[in-house]
Amino acid sequence: MKKSQFFSLLLLASAICGAQAAEFNQVQTGKSTLAFAYKQMGVPLEGKFGKFAVQIAFDPAKINAAQARLEVDLASIDTGSSEGNDEVAGKLWFNTKAYPAAQFVSGGVKALGGNRYEALGKLTIKGRSLDVSAPFTFKQEGAVGVFDGAFTLKRLDYAIGEGIWADVGTVANEVRIVFHIVTNAAPSAKK
Amino acid sequence: MNPATRYTATAITLHWLAALLIFTTFPLGVYMHELTLSPLKLQLISYHKWLGVTIFLLTVARLAWRTTHTPPPLPETIPRWQQRAAHGLHLLLYALLLVIPLTGWLMSSAKGFPVVYMGLVQLPDLVGKDKALGDLLMDIHKMLNFGLLALVGMHIAAALKHHFIEHDATLRRMLPFGEGVK
Repeated sequence: MKKSQFFSLLLLASAICGAQAAEFNQVQTGKSTLAFAYKQMGVPLEGKFGKFAVQIAFDPAKINAAQARLEVDLASIDTGSSEGNDEVAGKLWFNTKAYPAAQFVSGGVKALGGNRYEALGKLTIKGRSLDVSAPFTFKQEGAVGVFDGAFTLKRLDYAIGEGIWADVGTVANEVRIVFHIVTNAAPSAKK
Repeated sequence: MNPATRYTATAITLHWLAALLIFTTFPLGVYMHELTLSPLKLQLISYHKWLGVTIFLLTVARLAWRTTHTPPPLPETIPRWQQRAAHGLHLLLYALLLVIPLTGWLMSSAKGFPVVYMGLVQLPDLVGKDKALGDLLMDIHKMLNFGLLALVGMHIAAALKHHFIEHDATLRRMLPFGEGVK
């Protein structure tokens, strides 16, 4: 009797906490990953970016106020081989000397039902800004909120891989960007 | 006319097809390795891998055919030890034609660039990505290939010696055209 009372109290408490507006805005950079997948001569390959900065303000109860900014250090790319890393830093690819970073700035978040959402925004790479939409899921475990999502961009839209590399038969045009971002809820100031 | 004096048409076709593939894949491997990174290099590496898989499959087919069809005997004029040496050389060639593509496949896995045969069929990765292992396998792949080069050289030299110096039927057993042996 006492035990079950205790548990219902606990449940009630957690329900209140859950209902309470919690904004997830403390990004755990070390636990977050930014990867990409593409095909080269029909071979599926993966790579990742080692350095990127994310700012997020996301409250599932206030989707309209959600915001995200992402800045990727393009020189931190890992294509899987050092030869590849050197190549894509060059002028024909990212031209990291002139354009060291890629940016994503959200313009809004749409709720798709359940834990599914879609981030809309502008992605800027190599001086070219285009609208992108990235579907993602948001999973909350206590004070930890995890965003998992992916979208596909066409590298030639951003002039990534010009000249001889523009041949999409060798390196495919489609590049899938996969993000996994771990955040903590803001320490609640208001009690 | 006597079937026992020549290899079967199938064996002859497969043998010369293997020769053509080896003489394409080997120089391709040497050439592509020297290129700086470019779409051409990526294409050639893929073609090299596809050719290697084809050689492996062809070798399996040849071994299957060889074990079910007795080859024509070597001319009696050839000393026993040379016959044995020829047989041993053939075994080694078959072994290398299986092992070399396998080391290429392993090396692709270790280097993190899987093999997708003809751009359609992805071979499973036999080992995980491991740079040191990849470099080691590349050295082994290279060494075995130069071993193959030496053995193929001996194989050809022996065939030519029998044909042009000893004037025996050794090579004619495997020539795609020409009448049988009298």
